[in-house]
Amino acid sequence: MYESPSWLHELWVARDTLWAGFLTSVQCSLLAIVLGTLIGVVVGLALTYGRVWMRAPFRFYVDLIRGTPVFVLVLACFYMAPALGWQIGAFQAGVLGLTLFCGSHVAEIVRGALQALPRGQMEASQAIGLTFYQALGYVLLPQALRQILPTWVNSSTEIVKASTLLSVIGVAELLLSTQQIIARTFMTLEFYLFAGFLFFIINYAIELLGRHIEKRVALP
Amino acid sequence: MTDVSKLSSTKLSNAQPLLDIRGLRKQYGPLEVLKGVDLSMQRGNVVTLIGSSGSGKTTLLRCVNMLEEFQGGRIVLDGESIGYDEVAGKRVRHPEKVIARHRAMTGMAFQQFNLFPHLTALQNVTLGLLKVKKLHKDEAVALAEKWLERVGLLERRDHFPGQLSGGQQQRVAIARAIAMNPSLMLFDEVTSALDPELVGEVLNVIKGLAEDGMTMLLVTHEMRFAFEVSDKIVFMNQGRIEEQGPPKELFERPQSPRLAEFLKNTRF
Repeated sequence: MYESPSWLHELWVARDTLWAGFLTSVQCSLLAIVLGTLIGVVVGLALTYGRVWMRAPFRFYVDLIRGTPVFVLVLACFYMAPALGWQIGAFQAGVLGLTLFCGSHVAEIVRGALQALPRGQMEASQAIGLTFYQALGYVLLPQALRQILPTWVNSSTEIVKASTLLSVIGVAELLLSTQQIIARTFMTLEFYLFAGFLFFIINYAIELLGRHIEKRVALP
Repeated sequence: MTDVSKLSSTKLSNAQPLLDIRGLRKQYGPLEVLKGVDLSMQRGNVVTLIGSSGSGKTTLLRCVNMLEEFQGGRIVLDGESIGYDEVAGKRVRHPEKVIARHRAMTGMAFQQFNLFPHLTALQNVTLGLLKVKKLHKDEAVALAEKWLERVGLLERRDHFPGQLSGGQQQRVAIARAIAMNPSLMLFDEVTSALDPELVGEVLNVIKGLAEDGMTMLLVTHEMRFAFEVSDKIVFMNQGRIEEQGPPKELFERPQSPRLAEFLKNTRF
């Protein structure tokens, strides 16, 4: 009599596909978080300290991206980049979409944190002769970045979750890999739960890292 | 390092004023807050600005180190024009780097201390020494320790501002400013945000600096302190200097009715 293979057996068979999907998810999320954070800090600074003509294009970017669903953003990058003559693959297009999304959110968080700093901090920096950029680097940003840490962790986990949308443009990240395995094994619930668990692991790792940094840089 | 003995010795010999303000005008939109102020200070002088809120004392102080832009007049500190230059009859703002260099010629202590909360007391003092004065780390630390000791806080060198009382924070802030060896110290109501029992420790530090010959321009509501420490008191009213003179003369024989009224209403 035919005995259906166990889930553990199927998991073992699918291990390479799942591992590759897991790595792709981690890779595109991390890229988007790192690049998006860098963009966000620069845009946040421009929004806070830039002149009107400098603020305008950044404000447009932040408002436009924040008002657009990530799904639409990923599709737009995938279809519009080649239409504009920029030949990029699905992975790059997906990462671009997530990066733009992450950047716009981090920009607003950074702007909020910088504007919440007492004005006296910049004045005291200037009073001892620091230039504007020195004051930013040694006094204002170290304080602002401490402030944004919890919100930044939150945004980062949102990026990991949004990375599942890359499946629609054919990037074999964790969700798409899981769907492919399910199509073969019909073990829907088991593999979706397992994929959910793996996403939780990624996000929990980010949260632990955030908490660790927060504790290390906490001020008495 | 501030060579205070040198400051004392130049006090009488140098006729060129250290600070010379002529016709200073400052406005916020249509509101004119300084309406042509003239003030000069010799090296080693302690000058205190008094007056009611909104009279322009703090604004005047902040113009001296360009924390406030001003629209008219001229401020000359140690022979250098602050903030602006006349180029072919046009008033041109100095580049940021020049303004930063001029700011380092003055030290400022603020009402709200404004210590950097993410740095220890020692790091607060060394930041300017390392990044502006470009001192070697050992030299900067030694100098910072010397000034922290002077304000009585050497044993708190590794404490963060959040671990210090208001009075201690203000003393660190004074050490931070003075370690930069400024030609002129500006004190902006440095005791106004302190609990009454902490005021004394800060005033004692300032008194000590005055005795050493440090040139200081103060804004304060502590009239007794102003009386004791100042060479000259300047009474400001509605953006103008209404009356100025030696403390005894000004407090005991005020000429203008406005000053007489102000003194009557002030705790002495």
